Amino acid sequence: MTENDMLLQVKNLHVHYVTDEADVAAVNGISFDVKEGDTIGLVGETGAGKTTTAMAIMQLIPDPPGVIREGEILFKGKNLLENSERENQKIRGNGISMIFQDPMTALNPTMTIGEQLMEVIRKHDRVSRAEAKRRAVEMLEIVGVKSDRFDDYPHQFSGGMKQRVVITMSLLCHPDLLIADEPTTALDVTIQAQVLEIIADLQKKYKMSIILITHDFGVVAEICNRVAVIYAGEIVEMGSIEEVYLNPRHPYTQGLFDSTPKLDSEVERLIPIEGLMPNMANPPQGCYFHPRCKYCQAVCRQQAPQLQGDGHVYKCYFPLGEEVRR
Amino acid sequence: MKTLLEVSHLSKYFPVANGGLLHAVEDVSFRVNEGETLGIVGESGCGKSTLGRTILRLHEPTSGRIIFDGMDIASFNVRELRQIRKYMQIVFQDPYASLDTRYTIKKIIEEPLIIHKVYKTQAECNARVEELMELVGLEKRVSNMYPHEFDGGRRQRVVIARALAMNPKFIVCDEPVSALDVSVQAQILNLMMDLQKKLGLTYIFISHDMSVIKHISTDVGVMYMGLMVEKAPKRHIFSRPLHPYTIALLSAIPSVNILERKKRIVLQGEITSPVNVKPGCRFAPRCPFATEACMRITPELREVEEDHFVACHRVSEIAKGTLYYETQRS
Repeated sequence: MTENDMLLQVKNLHVHYVTDEADVAAVNGISFDVKEGDTIGLVGETGAGKTTTAMAIMQLIPDPPGVIREGEILFKGKNLLENSERENQKIRGNGISMIFQDPMTALNPTMTIGEQLMEVIRKHDRVSRAEAKRRAVEMLEIVGVKSDRFDDYPHQFSGGMKQRVVITMSLLCHPDLLIADEPTTALDVTIQAQVLEIIADLQKKYKMSIILITHDFGVVAEICNRVAVIYAGEIVEMGSIEEVYLNPRHPYTQGLFDSTPKLDSEVERLIPIEGLMPNMANPPQGCYFHPRCKYCQAVCRQQAPQLQGDGHVYKCYFPLGEEVRR
Repeated sequence: MKTLLEVSHLSKYFPVANGGLLHAVEDVSFRVNEGETLGIVGESGCGKSTLGRTILRLHEPTSGRIIFDGMDIASFNVRELRQIRKYMQIVFQDPYASLDTRYTIKKIIEEPLIIHKVYKTQAECNARVEELMELVGLEKRVSNMYPHEFDGGRRQRVVIARALAMNPKFIVCDEPVSALDVSVQAQILNLMMDLQKKLGLTYIFISHDMSVIKHISTDVGVMYMGLMVEKAPKRHIFSRPLHPYTIALLSAIPSVNILERKKRIVLQGEITSPVNVKPGCRFAPRCPFATEACMRITPELREVEEDHFVACHRVSEIAKGTLYYETQRS
């Protein structure tokens, strides 16, 4: 695999939120690649920096307070951080598109969904209203929204239907990369199953790459081929689904698996991860996970570990061995 | 085993615009034994929270009986209710919304003790607050802090401490861990199970999350559009679900077990709200097995196998294995 086959490369990304009171390091040196046709899951808990990473890729970090301190984001080899706002506007929607978590706040309540979809098309392509409508209706039908709902307002849709409209909107210009930020978290499981199936089908159809952001390992297993586990603004472990799920090396990854109740096995007692994620205005010395880690040693408190491993990488001095299984 | 709570034919309707009636909970009956947990599971709008609140009479029931510890509390007046509420408590989903932001932790926990005039002296009251904080794993030094200084997990510990203040026998837990991250969720689930053992508590545990329900429940009731469509001991629900909705719901849950990929059933259509419902099975419009009779006649919740209740006209075929889903993908 050469550099040129990479659709997206994030290199050593650092994003801080700076206010008068504090300088919060939300993303601390995240690096990952997305190849064409890749589906990568970014998994982590609230405040881990998943959404901030996505917003940085979209070049939508609110400034102030957000500042990209360091790093490169290469999309098709071109650094988005050096682009003009005009160039990035072209990439958003056409090249990279995003589905936001809450479908209600992602839609304009005062416009019909048809108007909103046509607006997107006509912003990017100079086409007639009739052509824009034709394309919008076509895409709506692909995700399972009937064309007679074109003139309805968002409040007339249920949550699952609204999310289909948001998915439609993100796909109108056939992006190469789709970032889906918790696309099913607000939905019921039977509706979640429908939406995940739509995303998986669309990916096959259009050969898109997807970055899926979620806190749910189950959802990742459904549609991703790779996964990155994020903790306190760092990737602590990354690899193929098989590598990470069957042989987690980082204690945090293992801890997430152990604390999740499962449907297909009996456990008397869950094993929680004690403590809380550190306040990143004042991060701990050494490994960011050490205050909560069962296996913490002196070195973990003093010096931050580096990512190690080949393909399947992890940031830990004392990675869990082969014998540790979920 | 002593029955602590018996609900029979409980219904709650809400008036909606244009003179309609929303059948939020309809003809629900079940028993909960002392020291056990009934898990109520279902998707948003299925009536599970309304059921929990109606049992505590936070909503007035439209009809039906609620027998708590031998007394029909559906007929209680306000004074009687206030007395009985000491023994029946509720823990809500959002631990921030259910705590007064201007009260300190201590003040929040002692409020029920003051309302019910439990102690004569402040010293006794303080001692009880300390005891409660220790019980839920809160350090003494945080008693003068405010809810906004806490993360979600510790806020939920405060809510639980307040619910325990009056030594209740019974707690309705309405999605108590849904707002929490998994690592913290596990801490709270363990706490609730420990407290149940220690204090002999009886829970109704409401959740949309089947894995959480499986972890904490003794019996499980599955709700769909206001009706209980299946109820059974936990082991039956998960190993041998018999209602078509339960089967589909269980298969739709994404699993982390990548070695045994299960076959997923993707239901068509969506849950609608039960306004001015006509007779007929409410799941029928989404059910691949629905017959003409399902559209006309509401199936009753019947005991199909020992302790296993199902409301479905075609359950005997499902139980025999002659009727099953053509799974859509492997």
